[in-house]
Amino acid sequence: MADPVLSLEGLSKSFGALRATDQVSLTLLPGEIHALIGPNGAGKSTLMGLISGTLAPDAGSISLGGQDITALSMPQRARAGLGRSFQVSSLIAEYSALRNVLLALQAHDGHSFRFMRPVMRDKALIARAQAILARVGLAARASVEAGALSHGERRLLEIAMALALQPRCFLFDEPMAGLGAEGTARLVDFLRGLKSEAPILLVEHDMDAVFRLADRISVLVYGRIIATGNAAEIRTNSDVRAIYLGEEVAS
Amino acid sequence: MTLALMLEQLLNGVQFGLMLFLMSAGLTLVFGVMGLINLAHGSLYMIGAFLCAAVAAATGNFWLGLIAGIAAAAAAGALIEIVVIRRLYARDHLDQVLATFALILILSEGVRMIFGPFPLYLNVPDVLRGTVRLGVVDYSLYRLALIGFGLAVALGLWALITKTRLGIRIRAGESDREMIAALGVNIRALYTIVFALGAALAGLAGALVGAIQSVQVGMGEPVLILAFVVIVIGGIGSIKGAMVGALLVGVIDTMGRFLLPRVFATFLDASQAMGVGAALASMLIYLLMALVLIFRPKGLFPAHG
Amino acid sequence: MDSTLKEWLLNAVMVVALLLVPLWAWLANEPFIITLATRIAILALAGVGLNIALGLGGMVSFGHALYLGIGGYVAGIAAHHAFHGTTVLGLPGTNQMLPIWAIAMILSGAIAGVVGALSLRTSGIFFIMITLAFAQMGFFFALSWPAYGGEDGLPIFVRNQFPGLNTLRPWEFFLISYGVLLVALGLFALLRAARFGAALMAIRQNPDRVAALGITPFGVKLVAFVLSGMITGLAGALMADLTRFVSPAMMAWTMSGELIVIIILGGVGRLFGPVAGAAILVGFEVFFGGLTEHWKLWLGLVLLGVVLFARGGIIGLIAGRAHHG
Repeated sequence: MADPVLSLEGLSKSFGALRATDQVSLTLLPGEIHALIGPNGAGKSTLMGLISGTLAPDAGSISLGGQDITALSMPQRARAGLGRSFQVSSLIAEYSALRNVLLALQAHDGHSFRFMRPVMRDKALIARAQAILARVGLAARASVEAGALSHGERRLLEIAMALALQPRCFLFDEPMAGLGAEGTARLVDFLRGLKSEAPILLVEHDMDAVFRLADRISVLVYGRIIATGNAAEIRTNSDVRAIYLGEEVAS
Repeated sequence: MTLALMLEQLLNGVQFGLMLFLMSAGLTLVFGVMGLINLAHGSLYMIGAFLCAAVAAATGNFWLGLIAGIAAAAAAGALIEIVVIRRLYARDHLDQVLATFALILILSEGVRMIFGPFPLYLNVPDVLRGTVRLGVVDYSLYRLALIGFGLAVALGLWALITKTRLGIRIRAGESDREMIAALGVNIRALYTIVFALGAALAGLAGALVGAIQSVQVGMGEPVLILAFVVIVIGGIGSIKGAMVGALLVGVIDTMGRFLLPRVFATFLDASQAMGVGAALASMLIYLLMALVLIFRPKGLFPAHG
Repeated sequence: MDSTLKEWLLNAVMVVALLLVPLWAWLANEPFIITLATRIAILALAGVGLNIALGLGGMVSFGHALYLGIGGYVAGIAAHHAFHGTTVLGLPGTNQMLPIWAIAMILSGAIAGVVGALSLRTSGIFFIMITLAFAQMGFFFALSWPAYGGEDGLPIFVRNQFPGLNTLRPWEFFLISYGVLLVALGLFALLRAARFGAALMAIRQNPDRVAALGITPFGVKLVAFVLSGMITGLAGALMADLTRFVSPAMMAWTMSGELIVIIILGGVGRLFGPVAGAAILVGFEVFFGGLTEHWKLWLGLVLLGVVLFARGGIIGLIAGRAHHG
């Protein structure tokens, strides 16, 4: 088995008496989509916060490409190769779609302390940004301010910004939310192609999409992972059925 | 340097601190409950002082003046809240700074138009004239009364916040605005009351201090800025923090001005020591603030999280 | 008409008017008008500095008078020692503007670095109050430090010199100030269009998003704050030479407030916002100050009106809202 790109080891986080993340260990292997599902309040957001660096864990460690990133800040983790999208679209509202991607490219290149050369005259940079927008199907909307894009377009722009970072792995937080059937279907196809570039850790509510896409699925309940496996294994797992379908488990 | 002189300065520091607390309490409440930065708080202090001085001069009675000062500041506060401030709650801090900066210009010029360009003087009431023997020191009775006043108001404010229905609503307003509105509390009226309460405290401080300083346009802003330092040190939104911060600032500032020139005089010549000591003393509280910021960026008693 | 074109035309009108009015005054022998235009240019320069922090970076510094004062005192102290032939920290004084400007910018940049590093640990209302408090610290220091006049301030007996020009002639001193302003505006425009500006303006709008991309907001904001302090410090050195006097009043909190007002009246983050704002403020003072001694009351009312009802400032009113492309 190949070395995992991202691995979590015994990650825990409590808020007062609430154990929001409880001894979570999880790996993301090259070329896979690993979906994280769970009922509301299972601690998915907390876990995403711990991985992306907005929260600090009480215990456990996170490593990315073999490097321990537990102590790194959010920007440092991004530079180490973690490309995340936000659950609620978080864009630079007054910037056009193109400038949002340009910003992500400049972050990836690590050149934000350049004071003289106008960004909008950097033809090579703009060409790269336009290519990325074209990949997600936003080429025609490049000059529209992010704040004026439709909900679905904003979701796609989130993905485009993550692409621009050329990360070691993607961390997508409910990318399908509010996309509608057609948009979801397109995104499913897109992600299926994307996973060969970098593996994807996917938090998603759309179970249909998850079961179609994911190579592996982990089920999070009350901050703990109760099962990990492929779609068929998860479907037949009695603990998972108990949680989702309310089937009684013989005790 | 005698013990008596030290003790007198220490008491002066406490007195100054308690007056700063009256200013800071209103400022920190208004920020804690409404999320508003109010630069015009110093103007309310000035209004309290002017009305107190004018009414005391007209009636010959300090206490009538004091009541007039508090009432005028509270009324001005309520009026300002209704006409201008309530339009600012949803705005960003930049708009709040600018609008309340504009209010300072308007109120300062307004007071100058009404009372003229010259300072007013407010006499200490007769019963509080003279000094009182405190162990080794003869201390100004009026300043001692200010300490008593300050402590009494602080106690009253604490009782108001912790024991009364209004206090419960104020505390609820600090933690969850939407919820208390949903529970049917008239949030607009609550905000006006909190703002007027803060204004009354500022007016009280202005009126009380007016008897030991000249009453003039612009008197509020230096105090306002010190009150900012107080609440940065104490933690924004925290009454307890305002108390601790105010006493720290009052005592350190007063003692610094008293002690530093004397300390420097031990190894510099007298005039140089005065200059260097005074310059450093004037910076002390800001250095204290910088230290607090380095070690406790949210202040000593952070109110929220 | 396209709003970008409108703003461009408006800017061009301002550049030309700010040159032509004093030129006319020079020909008509009206030195007072030239001095007013110089004052506008210098205040606008200070505003350009603040506009980097406030307009682009969203950092509401309520203490930029500190840098104005530092620049002013550098000019005053250098001239003082040059005049008396004494030394300061082992160095001789100078009455040459170029080295004075360099020192003013280095010193105000360094202090802005310290203040910024401390203040940027916080945000929002804390940041406003802390920058204000640090400026007060400078103000009280200048007030009580006796060596350079303390409360009474420090006169500059002879205006500092500039190679090839006679700075004592109002028109030539105006040209220096105007030239410096144009250079600063050019730098502001470059900076805003460059990667640094892109990051800075993005941080103003959504710092968490920018951090998630891998850009550390703190570093970008601190550099912007330092640049901002440097330009305002340069304006302070020119201001001291204009009035031939420095005093703690240059660092007073009201001065910090006025600098913000200049930016808001003109339009936050606009290239020429500070120029429009400074012209409005100085014009207001001269015009209403001639009519009533209570002109500040009217300034307050106008400002209140702008904040409550016209948030884009004068350029926003004329050219519509800002575009970032």
